[in-house]
Parts: sequence; C-alpha cells; structure tokens
Amino acid sequence: MTDLFYSDISTLNKGLDSKSFSAVELMQSVIDRTDAVEAKINAFVDRDIEDALKQARASDERRARGENLGAFDGIPVGIKDILAVKDQSLRCASKVLEGYRSPYDATCITKLRNAGAVIWGRLNMDEFAMGSSTENSAYGVTANPWNLECIPGGSSGGSAAAVSAGEAIVSLGTDTGGSIRQPAALCGVVGMKPTYGLISRYGLVAFASSLDQVGPLSRSVKDSALLLEAITGHDPLDSTSLNQAKVDYSSALDATAKKKTLGVPKEFFQEGIDPEIKEAIEKAIDWYRSEGYAIEEISLPHSELCVPVYYIIATAEASSNLARFDGVRYSHRSKDAENILELFSKSRGEGFGEEVKRRIILGTYVLSSGYYDAYYLRAQKVRSLIRQDFEQAFTKVDAIITPTTPTPAFKRGEKSDDPLAMYLNDIYTISVNLAGLPALSLPVGMTQNNLPIGMQVIGKAFGEADILSIAHDFEINHGYKDMRPQI
Amino acid sequence: MKYEVVIGLEIHVQIKTKTKMFTAAPYHYGAEPNTLTDAVVLGLPGTLPVLNYEAIERCAKLGLMLGCEIAEVCKWDRKNYFYPDSPKNYQLTQNEQPLCIGGSVEIELPGAARNIQGEHRWVQLNRIHLEEDPGKLSHTAFDTLVDFNRAGVPLAEIVTEPDLYSSEEAVAFLNALRNLIVYTGISDCDMEKGQMRCDANVSLRLKGSEVLGTRTEMKNLNSISNVKASIEYEIKRQAKILDANESVIQETRRWDASKNTSFSLRSKEEAHDYRYFPDPDLMPVSMDRNRVDTMKKALSERPFDRQRRYQEKYSLPYTITSVLCADRELSDFFELALNYYDAPKAIANYIVNDLLRELSAHSEVGDSALSISDTKMKAESIAELVEVVESGLISKQIAKEVFTEMFVSGESPKVIIEKKDLSQNNDDSAIEALCLDAIANNPKAVAQYKEGNAKAINALKGPIMKATKGKANPATLDALLQKLIQASE
Amino acid sequence: MSESDKKIDIDYVAQLARLELSDNDKEKLSGQLNDILVYFEKLNSVDVDGIEPMAHAHKVDNVWREGDELGPVFPKEVLKAMAPESRDDQVVVPKVVE
Repeated sequence: MTDLFYSDISTLNKGLDSKSFSAVELMQSVIDRTDAVEAKINAFVDRDIEDALKQARASDERRARGENLGAFDGIPVGIKDILAVKDQSLRCASKVLEGYRSPYDATCITKLRNAGAVIWGRLNMDEFAMGSSTENSAYGVTANPWNLECIPGGSSGGSAAAVSAGEAIVSLGTDTGGSIRQPAALCGVVGMKPTYGLISRYGLVAFASSLDQVGPLSRSVKDSALLLEAITGHDPLDSTSLNQAKVDYSSALDATAKKKTLGVPKEFFQEGIDPEIKEAIEKAIDWYRSEGYAIEEISLPHSELCVPVYYIIATAEASSNLARFDGVRYSHRSKDAENILELFSKSRGEGFGEEVKRRIILGTYVLSSGYYDAYYLRAQKVRSLIRQDFEQAFTKVDAIITPTTPTPAFKRGEKSDDPLAMYLNDIYTISVNLAGLPALSLPVGMTQNNLPIGMQVIGKAFGEADILSIAHDFEINHGYKDMRPQI
Repeated sequence: MKYEVVIGLEIHVQIKTKTKMFTAAPYHYGAEPNTLTDAVVLGLPGTLPVLNYEAIERCAKLGLMLGCEIAEVCKWDRKNYFYPDSPKNYQLTQNEQPLCIGGSVEIELPGAARNIQGEHRWVQLNRIHLEEDPGKLSHTAFDTLVDFNRAGVPLAEIVTEPDLYSSEEAVAFLNALRNLIVYTGISDCDMEKGQMRCDANVSLRLKGSEVLGTRTEMKNLNSISNVKASIEYEIKRQAKILDANESVIQETRRWDASKNTSFSLRSKEEAHDYRYFPDPDLMPVSMDRNRVDTMKKALSERPFDRQRRYQEKYSLPYTITSVLCADRELSDFFELALNYYDAPKAIANYIVNDLLRELSAHSEVGDSALSISDTKMKAESIAELVEVVESGLISKQIAKEVFTEMFVSGESPKVIIEKKDLSQNNDDSAIEALCLDAIANNPKAVAQYKEGNAKAINALKGPIMKATKGKANPATLDALLQKLIQASE
Repeated sequence: MSESDKKIDIDYVAQLARLELSDNDKEKLSGQLNDILVYFEKLNSVDVDGIEPMAHAHKVDNVWREGDELGPVFPKEVLKAMAPESRDDQVVVPKVVE
C-alpha cells in the first residue's frame, strides 16, 4: 500500500471505513511527512498541529458513533494563508498582518468543516496573492518539489507544493489571474479555478474582487472534483455568489466525454512558448483526436490585450481592497508615526512588500483623476471584448485546450527584478479570470529537465463537469497522476 | 448689498433601519462604544457587503415623497479616501447612478409676522443617493478615539441644486425637509444625535448675473442655527473678498460654532481625488416598477398639503395649522379625534393649547418634549371633552380641570366629571338665592349695570361661581342675573 | 497621450495611496511603472466605441438581504484584542486635526 500521505480520497475513505487506520493516524502521517520535507519545501507559513489532531480525533469519534459526514470526514485539507479560519493566523504572507488571527471562518471553510474535513495549516503564497512564484512572501520562498532550486509558481505556490510533496491530501488555493492553475502546472498537480460566483468569496481576503475565486488543488482530477463539490453553493454573505443547482462532479467524471469538441486557440501557440511545452500540448491534442474528440482551431483575437487589461483592473481593485490595512484596527502599526498621516503611510510602507507596493501604486495611478478613462474604463471595455471572444468560441466548441504556462518552472530570482516579464508568465491563464470562466490545469508531460508541464482546459460558464471529465479521460489513460518528485 | 448669494445644500439623513446598510449588525443611538460591530463593520480581511433591502426601499420612498424619479438601475461605487473612522478606507456610495433623481421640496419663507403665513416656493433637488456612515471620532487633548458603532448605518444624501438664495431660505428648506422626512418615518432627523447633518455650498454673484461665483463648502453644520450662522458669516467673508477685488478660493471650510467663525480645511484639498470606481462586490439594483407604483400610491400626505387641507376644509387659522401640521403625531391625533366628534376648531384648540402645554409641562428638564404616545391621552377623550362642553354638561372653566386630570390619569372626561362631581349646577332655585344675595350685597355694581355698564355684572358673578365651585352654567347665570336685576325695584 | 503625460508622479500617487516609499523605491518603481505604462499602450490599438464596460463577471442584479433582521454582533473584546492601541473600549489613533 502507498503511504497514507500520498493516497487519494477514495482510498483513504475505504481505509477509514474499514478501520485499517484512523483519521488521527492519517493526520499524523501527513504531519510526519511535512516534518520530513518542510525544511526543503517551506510550503507552510504556519501549522497548528494540536488543532489538526484535535479535528482528526473528532472525526474518529464521529465514525465510532456512526455519524460519518461523508467523503471528507477526516481528510486533511491544506489551506492557503488568504482564507480566513477562525482563531488561526491570517497573514496573506504579509508582514502587515503579523499577529492577526481571524475571528471568523470563510464560507468555504465552514462548508469543509460541515463535511468533516481537517483544516490543515496555513499555506505559503505570494504576499496578498500578488505574484507568480511565491517569492513575494514575507515568510520565505517555497521550493518546487521537482527541483528545489526552482519556484513552485504562484501565488498559490504553497498549496501546489504541499500537495505535490505529500504535505496535504488536497488543498485550497485562490486564483485571480492563474494563481491556482500556474503553480499546479509547475508542480505537476491538478488545479482548478471554478466559474466566478460558483464558490463564495466570503472570507477570501480580496486581491481583485471581480476576478478572485477559490479552487481546489489535488494529485488527481477526481480529488479536485470531490473538493469542488464540498465547497460550492450559494452564499448569502457574498452578493456575487450565484444560485446554481448542485452538481455531483465526481460522479460525472466517467460520463463519456468522447464526442466533445475541443477548441485550440491559435493565438496561444505563437511566440514566447517553450518548445517542449508546445510539443507536449500538441501531443495531448493528438491523443484527444485519436480518441474521437473533434478538434477545431479557434481564434481569441483579443488575447494579446489580456495582460494590460488584467494588470489595470486587478491593481485598481487591489489598491482599494488593501486600503483597510492602515494600522488603525488590526494591521501593523508603525512605532514612528507622529500623526495620523504618518500612521497610515509608515505602517503601510513598513508592512507591505515590494510587489504589493508596486501594484498599489499602479492601481492608485490608473484610478486617479485624469487617468480613469484612459486606463480603467478602457480596460473594462476591452474586458467585454475578451468575454465576447470566448462567447463566440463556445458557440462552436465545448471546451478549449491551451498550455497553462509559456515556460516550465524557472529558477528562483530569475525574474524578480523584471515585473513585466513576471506578469507575462500569466499570459495563458488571465483571460479566463477576465471572462469569469472555469478552467483547470492538469499534468500532461515532463521536460527533459524533469519539470512538469501543465495543460489548461477552459470550459463554458458552469461547465466544470465538462472540463473535469475531459481532463479525467486524459489522466486515466496516462501515468502522470502517480508521478512523485524525489525530495 | 450688491451681491446675491446662491446656496446649495447636501443633507445626510440616517435611515431608520434595524440593521446596517451592508450587514445585519444592529444600530441604535447611544450604545456603549464598539458594541454594535461585526466582521463587516470593522472591515476585517475577507468580509463582503450585502445590501439591506429595507434601506433601499425607505430611500426610494423618501425619493417618491420628494417627487424624485426612481432610477431604472442604480449602482454602487467606492469612494476612496483614508480616514480613521472609515473601516475599509473607502466608502460605499452611489456616484454615477444614484437611486433617486431630481425632485423638489416645498418650503415656506418667513411671513411678515409670526402669525402670518409666508410665501411658498419649490426648491429643486439634484439627487438622493444611498451610502454608508463612517464611525465616530472623539478627540481628547492628546489623541483621538474611534468608535465604530455608527459605521455602516444607511445614509440618504440629499443634494439640492444651487437653488437657495438666503440663509433664511436655507433654514426654511431644512425645516420643511426635516418635517417631511419625520412624517414619512424614514428618520427622526434629530440633529443632536447626528441623524441629520448638513453641508452648505455658498457662493456670491453680482445681482442680476446668471453665472455662479466660486463656491466654498461649509462642513460640520450640526444644527439649523449653525447652518444659518455659517452661511451669514460666509456671505460677509466672501463679500469682503470680492469688494477688495480679490477672488474667492474654492475650498472646504469648517464651522466652529463655539467661536462663531469658519476656517479653511486645506488638509482635505488633496484628498479630493477620490478614485471612484464601480464596487465589484455589490450588484446593481433595478427597482421593480410595480413595487414603485404601489409605494407611490401608499405615500403619506405631505405636511404642507395637510396644512392646506385643514385651512380649506376646516377653516382652521394659520396660527393653529402651522402648529398642528408641524408634527405628524399631533395632526394624526387631531384627525383621530375628529372621527369621534366632528368639531374641528374646538378639538384643534385643545390640542394646540392644552395638550401642548401639558406635554411640555410633563417633560423632564433637558429632554425633548414628551410625545402623545408617551402619555395616557386618548383622541376620543379630547373629542368627548369637546362634546360635554358643547352640550353644557360642564363649563369651559371646569373643562380645563378635567383636561389636566385626563392627561394624567387617562380616564375619560365623563368618568372624571362623575367621580369629582363636576357637572354644572343647574339647580335654578339655589342659584336664584345666591343671585339675590349677590344683588343685595353689591348695590354699587348693580347701579353701574343699570347705568349701562354691562361689565359691572361680572362683579356679581365672582362670588356665585366661588360658592358653586365653578359649576354654575355661565350662560344660565348671566340670563338669571339680568332678569333679577331688571326685576329689582 | 504624450511621453511626459505618462510619467507617474510617484510622490502624488504614493501620498494618495498613503504609502511611504524610500527614495530608492521611488526611483526603481518609477522606472518599472513607466515601462508597464508603455506596455499598456497596447490597449489603444482596439476601438472600444459603444462597448459596454464590464464591472462584474456576471450580469446579475437585485442581490440583497430582506427583512432587516438583526444578526450577531462581536463582543467589544474582539476589537480590543486586535487593535494596536485602545482605551475605554475605543481604538486610539494620533490626534486627528480636522
């Protein structure tokens, strides 16, 4: 039998049900694994081991009473340090929130608790989810389990690395421009950004409110489907949460997906793409074709504009969202402030890291008097055009296949001084957030340097079941799901 | 003065809902500091706003009362500025597409005298939008304390056009608006409790000019007398600048009521770059048209409409209607009493004179006056009182005593009259005896009366009233005395 | 927009954002941000006349809470525990001069 910490949810459920092991033993296995590799990976910014074991004990007691809450009862789920968990630290990998503990649970956490999951640790990330490498964390960089000198991607780098390294069974990340899919691709795991509005944002510390979405990361498509099921549902505390009928994603996986039509946007295979990635995606497309899927070339003509549109809208919203970290009520307060103006500006100057400052300045600028129309308003209009591109494409295809990233994981420090190069790393993922669509990344190959390659499957709004089944079909016919990094 | 003043007002009114604008935390005035907060009120990381429909509906109702158009779609914007009372450092407001558009308020200008009705005029409104109140700062000698109880209370901001032309008009406007809002029950508009606040934009121009001059914005006007004083101060200040051929600087000024002066808030100038943008957390609102029509039909009568109705239908004088209609509770009470006994003038008189006197007499010192609902007073009792006076059961004199008793005990006039044996003494033989005594004891007054001094008869009435404890029917007594005097000698 | 218009007035923007930056930061940021703004010029290549701006991912309206029913409140200790400085159950900040 494989190690508990590397098992999938179905296997763990069978073991828990048959009393082969307890939830406490499972949790302890994950804790031991984390202790063993964490010095190299640094996936967590905080771990409350006592609390995790207490939750696992409660799960065992429920099972003993015959009150099993379902597939997640006793399963450790790693949580990105941007989701509020009652009485746990919530720092968004920022110094500005040093010492802060959330007095309430995010809605997705409440749902997980109701499903019996063990809420496990605080996973590292780029500060306030701003970054693509997890290098922008005030609590140290996270390593890519496949190559410790490489970045794990970001911003949910801790969530992807933990799942890849066996430090969590599954994890939650958040995705504003690719922050789940890009690290999932670079760490060789599955990661999904659901349709905007499918999962409540209540308790997700906002970066860019019109783009942010919570989503699952896992080692298999099925585990992502299960985690997605556990956290979806309308939330009256989030006005952008939509009232959709519950879908049983994990049961829909085996539904035959063979007759689906897959679109391949030509704009995503032009300059800038790593040849190994291009080859791997084309190979995957060939496989789909050979399995009877129809493949259509499509065009998303405004793709080139996604990066500027995204960085205008996201930084503008962020500049306002992060204004609350002012040193008055709960965040870092400068000791050198002599008046209220200094209290604000020194506390924020001391508390925020470089990338966050850069984006606050950029976002403040694009909203400021005289520039609003040229930047923000224009970007919102182009955002409409980007959505129209997808609407147009989805009249012809059921899902869209693209690479998740233009390059595999790069070395730490390689792009830290060139923000624009870093921003271009998100080129394939951000259009999905701008259009509010669901998309996932799954491993479809390895580079010669033994780094994972991710393929993105984009669906129609609320087409999660479609893209999961398309990905699942590939996964069960290839061996990438069971590849493990040597740490 | 060679200048004309042009004034525009921005009035913030707290909408009386049980819970806040964007979360279900309660609000009421006077709670212990920071006991009316939750995660949303404090702007904790991860929290999101959810609209309180009650606030929207009440604001729409206010808009309809003021003749505004209710927007097909209204939206929510963020107004970004840093201030320690602002938990998110942005205020959720409606900049681009407010809920209520246009509208106007009927005002009454001061009359030639207190008892003479002044001229009426309609003041144009620009808009009414909804937003959230910030918390409250209190300043000590060395630092500032922040209480977030008030943060998130729904505010309606009523913005007038620059359509007021004197401090008196501004005062008339605020009185009319406050009265109207209190009538609708949307807010109590108690300025001392911060339920209504006012900013004034003031500019001068040469009389006859069509072009607006440079305006200044006066903040912190927390009473109507402050509004008046600050506008008058600002008119003088600007006139002096213009007289010296200098130009007025567009700026925000703060009124200091203790020093009776205003000063420039230069620190606020750079903060005017509010970086408004659509709030991504709140969806637009499109009021259901049927709902709006239903609300329109259910609107309460406006105070000035009610006053006109009383003057026309009941022929009540301005001196009475201006008091009666200034308070919806009073005039509702009046109408209720009319249902029991149709004597508008007499009933109105009791309310405006006796009832108001008792209400203020029974109010604690320093508190605002008692309202009828705080007392045991019933509308049917006033009606009954008028009825028993008109039927001659008691005199007006006795009625006053009954009224006082009725106000305290809540008992009906008939019960009180019965209990205290106050009905008029109509036993003619007993009164006749008293009259004959009085005539015999006051030859001088009798003589004067006979010489044509009609008032001399009053000297005879006093002792009789005293002897009957006021229960003699004055009309009967008068007639009897006259008859007996004629008959003597 | 001309070249000079595009230059970020970093002092003004930092002041608006209430963000203290070192002189070093300012210089570095100005350069980087001006590069980014040049990159943003791409947006001018597309005609947006008559295009509706998109503020939300989905077109939904009238999302609200009905009934005006009271929800729970925090005990005042919650704020007290998280506030950097408090007195008399209120948050203390340097004296605000209005």
